[in-house]
Amino acid sequence: MALLSKFDDMRAALQALAAGGRNPFDVRFEKILSATEAVLEGRPCLLFGTNNYLGLTFDESCTAASVSSVLAAGTGTTGSRIANGTYGDHVLLEKRIAEFYGKRAAMIFTTGYQANLGLISTLAGRDDHLLIDADSHASIYDACKLSAAEVIRFRHNDAEDLARRLRRLKNHPGNRIIVTEGIFSMLGDSARLREIASVKREMGATLIVDEAHSLGTRGKNGRGVCEDSGVESEVDFVVGTFSKSLGAIGGFAVSDLPDFDLLRIACRPYMFTASLPPAVVGSVTAALSRISTDASLGERVRLNSSKLYRALAQEGFAVGPEPNPIVALKMPDKESAVRFWNRILEQGVYANLALPPATPGSLSLIRCSISAAHSEAQINRALSVMAAVGRELGILNPGPKKTLAQAAERVPA
Amino acid sequence: MSDNNSIEAGVIELLARRVRADTKVTADTRIVGELGLDSVAVLDFIQDVEDRFDLSIPLERVAEVQTIGELSVAIQTLKRAAR
Repeated sequence: MALLSKFDDMRAALQALAAGGRNPFDVRFEKILSATEAVLEGRPCLLFGTNNYLGLTFDESCTAASVSSVLAAGTGTTGSRIANGTYGDHVLLEKRIAEFYGKRAAMIFTTGYQANLGLISTLAGRDDHLLIDADSHASIYDACKLSAAEVIRFRHNDAEDLARRLRRLKNHPGNRIIVTEGIFSMLGDSARLREIASVKREMGATLIVDEAHSLGTRGKNGRGVCEDSGVESEVDFVVGTFSKSLGAIGGFAVSDLPDFDLLRIACRPYMFTASLPPAVVGSVTAALSRISTDASLGERVRLNSSKLYRALAQEGFAVGPEPNPIVALKMPDKESAVRFWNRILEQGVYANLALPPATPGSLSLIRCSISAAHSEAQINRALSVMAAVGRELGILNPGPKKTLAQAAERVPA
Repeated sequence: MSDNNSIEAGVIELLARRVRADTKVTADTRIVGELGLDSVAVLDFIQDVEDRFDLSIPLERVAEVQTIGELSVAIQTLKRAAR
């Protein structure tokens, strides 16, 4: 049997997708012009699918810090923290992140994926139970596979279901560790953290919140949905990424847990990979300083998101349940989603095509990410292109506007 | 009807709601692949099963199960363990 024959179904699905125009998994930008513009197929293109929420990838203070770090400390660390040494700037960045969150300690990881993989798989050992939101990101599911704990999914954003599942564990030994996200990456909905934190408190569990999409975009000080919901003191670990609002790559975890540093010699995805290079550490430290001192970045991304969300809903699109920097448009089926995605790209608007099984409820979505750096003219342009294509393909709701939550109602059990 | 038979009947009824009406579902039906359900749809079906039988099926246990019959046996085992 051919080695890759197990992927025959995927190959066929990819060929069908690419037959609709382009391969959505292989979009190649010829040039990146700014945080919101690129050149694609020889034409300028507006970027509405890059998670560049605060538009800091070309921020002068960030690029200058990156250049100065690379000149001072070289292009790479050529090894891991535990085997090959820590640089002073790694320690400084960890200190700054801990201060930003008002937590005792921080650990940085080489990617956000590894932050989840490392933290979750190391905290949850044999006899422990991981309770994860059903709509969790792939990095959380993969962390569960790496862990020796039993893994139980609870219904998306359903604190009652979580409580029911915790109650069923009452005669089992071990710790209970709840994992959820601030903003969910596909539909752009926020976690109901107040309810979840209250269940955590009543049932005596540990709570981890991944704020990948909410760092810098939510909360008065940019500390995400935990800050917005007033539950920061109830959250035992916040995980996040440097690759979205902070415009680089890397991940982190913060906590008040005493002995948190013990994880540095127990957490394999931290121990056995090369540490972040100086250029990245430099720009991330500068970006963190930008969001700590400039509240207008968060305000702008929220304003822009709300504007696009409301305008798309007004046009008759089935949009996600609430305005956030991720705005999802529900397409009637996979074929319409592929056509829509290709048509807006031809007209210079890049968004993401999100299809089952990567989506909850087997939905076919066009996923837009909004930036503080988008101008009003860019938002209006994206809106008019999407509305025109929506009309052309006959996929706008003529009647009362529906939110995606209503449109996505599942078959009752 | 034995305990296992009634569990199996319940599972088949829940799965039948998620597949096309003309699809025949039996104890030997393979949950993944045969029915055209993607991995997320399978996990959603498992949630239906968990609600019906008031138990949680750990993900690693779900991964071991291939047929409706095997799922029914896993449910029976978990229910016994919970007593």
